[in-house]
Amino acid sequence: MLKISTNPHVQTSRDIKSLMLDVVIALMPAAVAALMFFGIDALRVILTSVAGCVMFEYLACRYWFKSKNTTTDYSAVITGLLLAYNLPSSMPCWMILIGCFMAIIVAKMCFGGLGKNIFNPALVGRVFLFISFPVQMTVWPVPYFLKMVSPDGETGATTLRMLKSIDVSSSATSKMYSISDLPSYLDMFLGNVGGCIGEVSALALLIGFGYMLYRRVITWHIPVYYLGTVFVMTAVLYFLTGEAKFLPLAHLLSGGLMLGAIFMATDYTTSPMTIKGQVIFAVGCGLLTVIIRAFSAYPEGVSFAILIMNALVPLIDKYAVQRCYGEKK
Amino acid sequence: MIKKFTFPMGGIHLAKHKVTTDCPISNADIPEFVTIPVKQHIGSPAKIMVSKGDKVKVGTLLADADGIVSSDVHSSVSGEVVKIEDLPGASGYEEKMITVKVEGDSWEEDIDRSEDVEKEINLTSEEIIAKIRSAGIVGMGGAGYPTPIKTTIPENKKANILIVNGIECEPFLTADDRIMVEKAEQVIMGARVLNRALGIQNAVIAIDENKPRAIEILTALSKLYVGVNVKVCKTKYPQGGEKQLIRAITGQELPLGKLPIDIGCIVQNVGTVFAVYEAVLKNKPLFERVVTVSGDGCKHPCNYLVRIGTPISSLIEQSGGLDENVHKIVMGGPMMGNAVVNLSAPVTKTTSGILLLQDGEFTKKEASSCIRCGKCAQACPAGLRPFAIKQAVSFNDTVEHMRKLHAGDCIECGCCAYVCPANIPLLDYCKIAKQEIRKK
Repeated sequence: MLKISTNPHVQTSRDIKSLMLDVVIALMPAAVAALMFFGIDALRVILTSVAGCVMFEYLACRYWFKSKNTTTDYSAVITGLLLAYNLPSSMPCWMILIGCFMAIIVAKMCFGGLGKNIFNPALVGRVFLFISFPVQMTVWPVPYFLKMVSPDGETGATTLRMLKSIDVSSSATSKMYSISDLPSYLDMFLGNVGGCIGEVSALALLIGFGYMLYRRVITWHIPVYYLGTVFVMTAVLYFLTGEAKFLPLAHLLSGGLMLGAIFMATDYTTSPMTIKGQVIFAVGCGLLTVIIRAFSAYPEGVSFAILIMNALVPLIDKYAVQRCYGEKK
Repeated sequence: MIKKFTFPMGGIHLAKHKVTTDCPISNADIPEFVTIPVKQHIGSPAKIMVSKGDKVKVGTLLADADGIVSSDVHSSVSGEVVKIEDLPGASGYEEKMITVKVEGDSWEEDIDRSEDVEKEINLTSEEIIAKIRSAGIVGMGGAGYPTPIKTTIPENKKANILIVNGIECEPFLTADDRIMVEKAEQVIMGARVLNRALGIQNAVIAIDENKPRAIEILTALSKLYVGVNVKVCKTKYPQGGEKQLIRAITGQELPLGKLPIDIGCIVQNVGTVFAVYEAVLKNKPLFERVVTVSGDGCKHPCNYLVRIGTPISSLIEQSGGLDENVHKIVMGGPMMGNAVVNLSAPVTKTTSGILLLQDGEFTKKEASSCIRCGKCAQACPAGLRPFAIKQAVSFNDTVEHMRKLHAGDCIECGCCAYVCPANIPLLDYCKIAKQEIRKK
């Protein structure tokens, strides 16, 4: 029996599953870095988060949608990994599971599943945990390179917290830091600093970025424009004010910026569809990140910046239309 | 280092599958019956000039062009007209066809059957165009637009460049490639004939870099003739699209709603140019063409010189026949070709290939919902947003909205549907939108 169909009769082998699997692979260097710096605790956080996200998606498909199991497309694994990477290594398991619930059930499945959600699920999970459990979410075990357990449960501050407090002269509550307290740029680049388990090592994240570019999962536009905007903005502020809290390179290498710019702002579903729209989106993320980091009470602004821009995506998609062939430039 | 030309907007890279690159063109067997459709071109069907029982020779006029946008149709065999009726074509739709029972192989006397390459052109522009018209030549790359119209320059317009399209960017197909390798001199003479008809001295043969033999032979030969040059293009689909090729070769984009001649360009397929050579210098009407029979389910892939009207099944028999692994037969390339419904349907002037495809790489995959990756918009060589067109069609949006999305400017290359990781048939939606716009 011969079949008939409309053309084209050949389709790419890069289906959703293969693209998502590539993102999972690209996230692996950061997992290795997390294990090296935060030991067995990091593994616990990652496994709990991934298992939680996959479980919630499976349950939603099975008992709520009563449809095909969609966990095999690996998108829930990515959400699980990203949520874990946004948590400190001391986060209790039950809290992680609440984060998974918010990410998968509230932010993703309530909207209809993959492709239909407005907000990045992992970021919704993280922000929910951040405002619900502010204490646990801001305790930063110090990294202990290649030792399996923390020597004495020691905790420290993130680079961004130090930057934020450098110029606060009369605050009774926050600890004072000077420029010399900042970790070296090499430590920031490698990840030997306090912070969430997956965001500390810029090197590991950049390796993942390179892999995704090589496999053509994403284009370079969003990460480069995002990081570039943050760098230029902080550089301008630094030269205008001379304040150490705007050190551009420190901003580039610290906090969730790399993780956010490379893996979360580039999420297919919650970013604009044309290159033009993606550039607008990325610049917007960059501006909001600097504004929040510099002027709000929070030291970190990546999550909020991306979520706010997520909300603007439908608008950007409507107006950021690419030039079509033969149209005037 | 030769400069390689390409178009910048969109496009994709496909697996080549050009297994028949080194297979010389061989004559396909003449079948017992040929069925020749009277409409193998864009425009109105030709008027039938023969009746049942008439004896015809190879090259005898069967049907006469009806109006300007139409084309003559000639007999490809000698024998007796046995049927003139509506028969199903390759896609299953009924068309008026003339069936000729083959008896011997005697040609019209004025056709020059010698192998010598004719190099003298003493005709005027009008005489050349008249010969092209009476030979029934249409665009052989697939569109089937009557060539005499393209060659006649409207008043107040001027031709600058003739682009001979030797890109053949579809996987599997090698018909144009083989013509360029085996009939290089004839292709160059054909280009010179067209140069003369257009009143220019500027023909560019554009060849894809994946055809090194053709590039080598034609580059060497073109040095001997004035007004014919070879340009090498990067491999990228759909480089052979008219708009994309104009952009690649001239660096200019064809403005929306304009014809190539409005910016001085004329694009002709290599097969068409070869047919022009034969028509003008050899007095031979268009009644045979080169067809690639290939595909991963084809036992003996080959390039054939086929008489128009030969049933597809006869070509498949000659290439080793069908077995149970073949699940789809495609006429044309895998990107833009159509699935064949009826194996007794004939080869026409626009059939560039017959592909026998197996399950696997060429199976349509099940579609899932859009993940908003935007890859379709990045791949579209027309710069459209297929995802938005799909939404407009599925939400039953107004025709005005579809027009605003430029759906009418879709070139139907299929890049969007190829790249879609959710396997959404985006091209189908674009075609529906085009139809809606045309209806209004």
